Amino acid sequence: MSLLSVRDLTVKFAMRDQTVTALNGISFDLAKGERLGIVGESGAGKSITGFSLMNLLSRPGYIDTGKILFEGEDVVQMNDKRLRNLRGNRMAMIFQDPMVTLNPVLTIGQQMIETLMAHRKLSHEEARQIAIVKLREVYIPSPEERLEQYPHELSGGMRQRIIIAIALLLDPQLIIADEPTTALDVTIQADIMELMLELCQSNQVGLILITHDLGVVSQMTERTLVMYAGRIIESGRTREIINDPQHPYTQGLINALPQQTVPGQRLKQIPGNMPGLASIPAGCAFNPRCKYATDLCRSRVPEAVHYGGVEVACHEVQRLNSDEDRQEARA
Amino acid sequence: MSDVNTDRPLLEIKNLEKRFDLDQGFLETLKFKQGKIVRESRSVHAVNNISLEARKGEALCVVGESGCGKSTVARLVAGLLTPTAGEIHYGGQRIDNLSRAGMQPLRKKIQMIFQNPYASLNPRMTIRQALEEPVRHHYPNASAAEVRDKVTEVMLSVGVDPSWAKRYPHEFSGGQRQRIAIARALTVDPEFIIADEPISALDVSIQAQVLNLMLEAKESRGLTYLFITHDLSVVEHFGTRVAVLYLGSVCEVADTATLFSSPKHPYTRALLSAVPQLKDDRPNHIRLKGEIPTPINLPTGCPFQSRCAFADARCKSEKPKAIHQPDGSMVACHAVEEDRLDAVAAG
Repeated sequence: MSLLSVRDLTVKFAMRDQTVTALNGISFDLAKGERLGIVGESGAGKSITGFSLMNLLSRPGYIDTGKILFEGEDVVQMNDKRLRNLRGNRMAMIFQDPMVTLNPVLTIGQQMIETLMAHRKLSHEEARQIAIVKLREVYIPSPEERLEQYPHELSGGMRQRIIIAIALLLDPQLIIADEPTTALDVTIQADIMELMLELCQSNQVGLILITHDLGVVSQMTERTLVMYAGRIIESGRTREIINDPQHPYTQGLINALPQQTVPGQRLKQIPGNMPGLASIPAGCAFNPRCKYATDLCRSRVPEAVHYGGVEVACHEVQRLNSDEDRQEARA
Repeated sequence: MSDVNTDRPLLEIKNLEKRFDLDQGFLETLKFKQGKIVRESRSVHAVNNISLEARKGEALCVVGESGCGKSTVARLVAGLLTPTAGEIHYGGQRIDNLSRAGMQPLRKKIQMIFQNPYASLNPRMTIRQALEEPVRHHYPNASAAEVRDKVTEVMLSVGVDPSWAKRYPHEFSGGQRQRIAIARALTVDPEFIIADEPISALDVSIQAQVLNLMLEAKESRGLTYLFITHDLSVVEHFGTRVAVLYLGSVCEVADTATLFSSPKHPYTRALLSAVPQLKDDRPNHIRLKGEIPTPINLPTGCPFQSRCAFADARCKSEKPKAIHQPDGSMVACHAVEEDRLDAVAAG
């Protein structure tokens, strides 16, 4: 049985004059200990997916339809008591900006011990010992002293390590990390990525990594979902998606990276912008930016089909594959 | 300008320094130490003795991590900050000590593009007002029709739809706004563009659009760029020369191709190895100890020694000078000078 199974999840936002659909019937599975990347640009719905999994959406957002089965139990139907038991305990979340996640007026120790004592029947001293062990696991030097410090006394990389330690405190089955390294410098990012990879592998913790950075996804995850305007447009093994993407959007995204072009040459840009939630075009949402779009693309939403090792939601995937430019590019 | 020698670089930065005082006013400088009140002022050493030059048509990239002083360099060159010491020459003329009025003609030649297009456009001005303002300011004698024509021409050349002119910045996406900000910089026909992280706030597909636009402008207008960024893959694509900064000092300056094919400074090597790669399965990055120290109390000697695997006694006491390498790059590192780097790696 998979650890997490999302079926036809639809999330809507009730705005003053209309209701917009932020997630449109997304489905995916995550096995125990598996690392899954969710990529897409701003507005694709990747963060909303992360929030929904923990049932953290607040008004005006709500889960309209769909199931989120976590260890066989539907998160959407859970009452507050069950949700408290789920959040932090079995599923933990890491956000982009550690300064916002940590409480600035409490010491690191208070925040860690409070979390432990809220979920487990532990004495203060026992909780402190667990906190020290967890800080050591994330390679924080002299953890006893860190417990007495406030978040502002630590550097950005150190804070993100502490956030990871807090996420691991209660030995969750799944960690959802929303752009965990985006605010960090590259050398620190490399350290944090290595640390997260190591911890997930050694503790058999599942990871959902939400990011816009294809390089990060490529190095951290086994499987990847590519999102566009609230739908999953391509999914499969990360290596397959990076090396041989099928959807024109995924191809465009990878080809637009500077390292895919000879220095000084024009980058292969995707024209236009991602549509706003209130103005998603009919048919395939990508059709106004796609050079392969046909009348079918403009009228009917494509279903995901199995093609070339991945699942891809594109009407024209076969024609696209016989495209000469593409064959040349691959050769 | 008649005295411009064609061999001279367009922009020359000589021994530039910038310190920011941490203590504002006399009272804050008073400290209580060992039973006595002493006066002691602390300052952030943002830029320490940096020398760089950019030739006409070049795209000089300045890279480094947060707090390395790269944005301060941009602001100093743009005349938005006054250096504590050192000189900046533009087109053979010293510009860092000019008065406001003296700087005026240069502001037309040197334009700046900022990171956040949400903050750099006035929310109360329509796009037309925002684009016409610099033209009116620098060409006070131009007629309304001339201003309008100039702005329309620039809008078309950078792919800003002239029908956007009546709208306000909030109606546009980040990529469109950055396009407008670039149009605004180009309306006065500058020679030199300082771009401070111009694409960091944008999505990948939009980054490519904006970067292409900047490349096109470089070719069609013969622009010279000072490009500040933390993103090395952008540097490799866009830059002709690269300066790597660490804690306010230059580690290495080299042609882009040279820097990426044979980085020499240990910090440059670590930085390059840390970039997440698309194709490699496992990253094999050089781990740096610790994190960037604060620029308030700079260590003596090499600024990088606290994190460097090759640091020895000399690195701790003596600050390395930039030394010319056989391939044309400049590297400030004792270990490179003494040829210890590869010896250690091999052993």
